[in-house]
Amino acid sequence: MGRFHRHEDGDYHDHDHHHDHHGDHSGYETGSDRIVVLERIFDENDRRAADNRRRFDDADVVVVNMMSSPGAGKTTLLESTLRALGTPERVGVIEGDIETSIDADRLSAAGARVSLLNTANGFGGECHLDAPMVANALQRMELGDLDVLFIENVGNLVCPAEFDVGAHRSVMVYAITEGEEKPLKYPVMFRAVDLVLINKLDLLPHLDFDLAAFREILAKINPDADVIEVSARSGSGIERWIQWIDTARQIKPSGA
Amino acid sequence: MHELSLCRSIHQVVENAAAHRPVATVNLRVGMLRQVVPATLVYCWGLVTAEGPLAGSRLAIESVPVVGHCRACDRDTHIEQTLMLVCGYCDTAALDIVNGEEFLITTIDFDDTSPVTQHST
Repeated sequence: MGRFHRHEDGDYHDHDHHHDHHGDHSGYETGSDRIVVLERIFDENDRRAADNRRRFDDADVVVVNMMSSPGAGKTTLLESTLRALGTPERVGVIEGDIETSIDADRLSAAGARVSLLNTANGFGGECHLDAPMVANALQRMELGDLDVLFIENVGNLVCPAEFDVGAHRSVMVYAITEGEEKPLKYPVMFRAVDLVLINKLDLLPHLDFDLAAFREILAKINPDADVIEVSARSGSGIERWIQWIDTARQIKPSGA
Repeated sequence: MHELSLCRSIHQVVENAAAHRPVATVNLRVGMLRQVVPATLVYCWGLVTAEGPLAGSRLAIESVPVVGHCRACDRDTHIEQTLMLVCGYCDTAALDIVNGEEFLITTIDFDDTSPVTQHST
């Protein structure tokens, strides 16, 4: 779960969240051999996500969950973002990767405060970050020093959409090299985000990518999503993305 | 893709709720917009429960079809093809999902007739 939506009333909440069953692990008897549980499987994660969100709000830090497929340019985009923000030391990045510190090292070099989460374990690595993992990364990060915290999720268009990590905004970085049709194949992810950054726009002259068709398909899947065209490499569009983050900071979300 | 970690969460809830009674079946309700593969979930349940008190229990999964409420024409539509979430009446994409995102443990069935093998762990 953890699909986190902004509604017209400006409120944030999870869908299908049954507060009346919150925290009840005991069950109650309906007969000799069956008990009713009605426990949402994501409840524990969502409780931890709400804890994270409270900590972010208390520290007045806006938190953006960045998702994409592998190679869409999240890390390069964050490097451009750090340059454009001008105060990289006020920016934190929780870097989720199955293995290696390559991305974390790049963002450290760009001046950000980075907390690395390698998700590899005995089963070959988690495909997503969840709320307890993010809470763990926060132990190595002083929130009071930050204005913005980016959570760079594991590159994957499926699983990260299911897990609320406590971020205020969810953003997808989408490279035009991925083709126009991906929103049709991964509708859950595309519906879960507040903004789609269409990246690698500098490659447009070299590709058959139909930008209008992509935007039309995206609008069918998620009519509420904002869209910004960028090139992390050339820097075009980055200014609008910075403004979007600024707006997110000013409209201080109340939390779930 | 994340069925194993989901099974660990389910395991924790069931173990608490069962309070050492022998579990026969754990009943789940899973909306069809959930990105879980039922067969994989069942397979992972076998792995997660293999060594403990829930060994031999099974997962029964009830799939919930997707229903969306159209913001434009105010009607509910049953969506067969979850790849395109559009209203079946007016073809609008502005749908609020009513059913299809469920993911919960509904009930647990016990097997109190079998000889109770109390695990000391």
